[in-house]
Amino acid sequence: MKTGTLLIRTPEGIVFSQTLAGPVTRFLAWLMDFLTITAALSMVQTFLNTIGYLNANIAGTIFILLYFIVSIGYGIAFEWMWRGQTIGKRLFRLRVVDAEGMRLQFDQVMTRNLLRFADMLPGFYFVGGVACLLSRKYQRLGDIAANTVVVRTPVVQEPDLEQLLGRTFNSLRQYPYLAARLRQRVSPAEAATALQAIVRRAEFEPSARLELFEQLASHFRSKVEFPPDATDGVSDEQYIRNVADILTVTRREMTTPHH
Amino acid sequence: LIIDLPRFIAGARPSWNELDAILRRFEAEPSNRRELRELEHFHELYERAAADLAKLTTFSSEPEACRYLENLVARAYGEIHETREKRRRVFPLKWFFQTLPQTFRRHVRVFYLSLAITLAGTAFGSLATAFDPDSRYVTMPFGHDQLRPSERVRQEESRTQDVLAGHRSSFSASLMTHNLQVSIFTLALGMTWGVGTIMMLFYNGIALGAISTDYMADGQARFLLGWLMPHGAIEIPAILIAGQAGLLLAFGLIGWGKRVGLNARLREVSRDVMTLSFGFALLLVWAGFVEAFLSQYHEPVLPYDAKIAFGAIELALLSVFFMRSGR
Repeated sequence: MKTGTLLIRTPEGIVFSQTLAGPVTRFLAWLMDFLTITAALSMVQTFLNTIGYLNANIAGTIFILLYFIVSIGYGIAFEWMWRGQTIGKRLFRLRVVDAEGMRLQFDQVMTRNLLRFADMLPGFYFVGGVACLLSRKYQRLGDIAANTVVVRTPVVQEPDLEQLLGRTFNSLRQYPYLAARLRQRVSPAEAATALQAIVRRAEFEPSARLELFEQLASHFRSKVEFPPDATDGVSDEQYIRNVADILTVTRREMTTPHH
Repeated sequence: LIIDLPRFIAGARPSWNELDAILRRFEAEPSNRRELRELEHFHELYERAAADLAKLTTFSSEPEACRYLENLVARAYGEIHETREKRRRVFPLKWFFQTLPQTFRRHVRVFYLSLAITLAGTAFGSLATAFDPDSRYVTMPFGHDQLRPSERVRQEESRTQDVLAGHRSSFSASLMTHNLQVSIFTLALGMTWGVGTIMMLFYNGIALGAISTDYMADGQARFLLGWLMPHGAIEIPAILIAGQAGLLLAFGLIGWGKRVGLNARLREVSRDVMTLSFGFALLLVWAGFVEAFLSQYHEPVLPYDAKIAFGAIELALLSVFFMRSGR
């Protein structure tokens, strides 16, 4: 079954996953590369036209060779230099990786790029696209031969939890038994939603931000009802911040895990 | 079950940063040799990060930290568990005189198969031309089907002007790139379980057989050899090697008699396929030069015997190179 995820289990028993890129995103990245190549060749042709007035034979030879080298070598050179990325892939945050999580080798890069000739048949990567849709890991023929996959590479940064580390007064913590009940009733996915809303709060439009925190606050209030003196005067956003603090941060005095 | 995530991250962050820094260094300078102590420390950091990832995925509800660690562990895993030989430097002469011929010989049976398929096509094209002259319109490339060989020879030998003057090098470049495209296509079609490669080889054989028979039947065997030998002695083996690479890929895909999985089989042939690809590319560059600068000149400009001798010497050297070099 297709999951859109490449799971790799290390000998240490650790499983890590990478999100596979689908055919549409890959096609768009290819389109971007195609436009880049076309633009580069157009510039070269303009330059060679000037030389062509002096020696048409040399200009023609250079163009024929460059056209061939660039159209075949572009993918090979970029994917090798940029560790699995071309300009299009970089723009769409895609990367070619070894299907078993190993280091990408030069012969893998060569294989997948030379086999484009088969994937492109009969036009616009029809064979490659069909292979991609049928393959469990979204692989075109070149990827199958090279044992590579194309994965999404979102910007990965260390989580910035400073906003939760503020250690400001949390009125909900005045009721430890209710806080414990909240932890018990909230699923990990709900906790992650609250945390993400806090972490990404600056990305929302003001009205959307108000609406989002209102809905979230209403949802979490329905889980556990705190007394009015803990919630009065607390905005929806502050309420969610307090909830996320309780769910994510266990204070020194509560380091014993709760099952 | 919740852990104190900020405290956990604060505690682990220095080792993650260190691992990240080492990985960046490894990735930036893949060919540098590493000290054992540095590798041991790298391995220790990797194991610690892997353990942290296990803790986070089990205990925490925070996806960002998991993604960050997953990325870190994935990169480190690739560096540590890679067992394929890391190529530190490329030695072109060693590659040309040892790796290429050794790879060719290691799969020489596949080359013979490529040759046999082409010969079968040649026989078919030959018989078709001999028994059904009308077949020339489908078996020969455009141009050859329109003109009797004796007429072409008469035209070539009575030519007073150099038809390639002024565009010889661009003609040579066109030949090179066209032949390279055909050869890469022949290789790539190996992924159709070899069916496409076989068809390409067979079709090339048909054209070769049809044209050869046509010239011989018209009494132009000497012209034919003088025209084809200088570049064909290299170009035809190059296309056969492209077929060899394509069939090798197909065998990897099919996996007859192999008890390992598809990925392992393809991984096994991948490097050899690429070596053969570079090999046929080099040969076709040479063939393109020869075809533009030598093959297109006929008597009285160049004697046929000299051209045939040149082609024969090329073929002999090529055979010796592939059969003996790097032993």
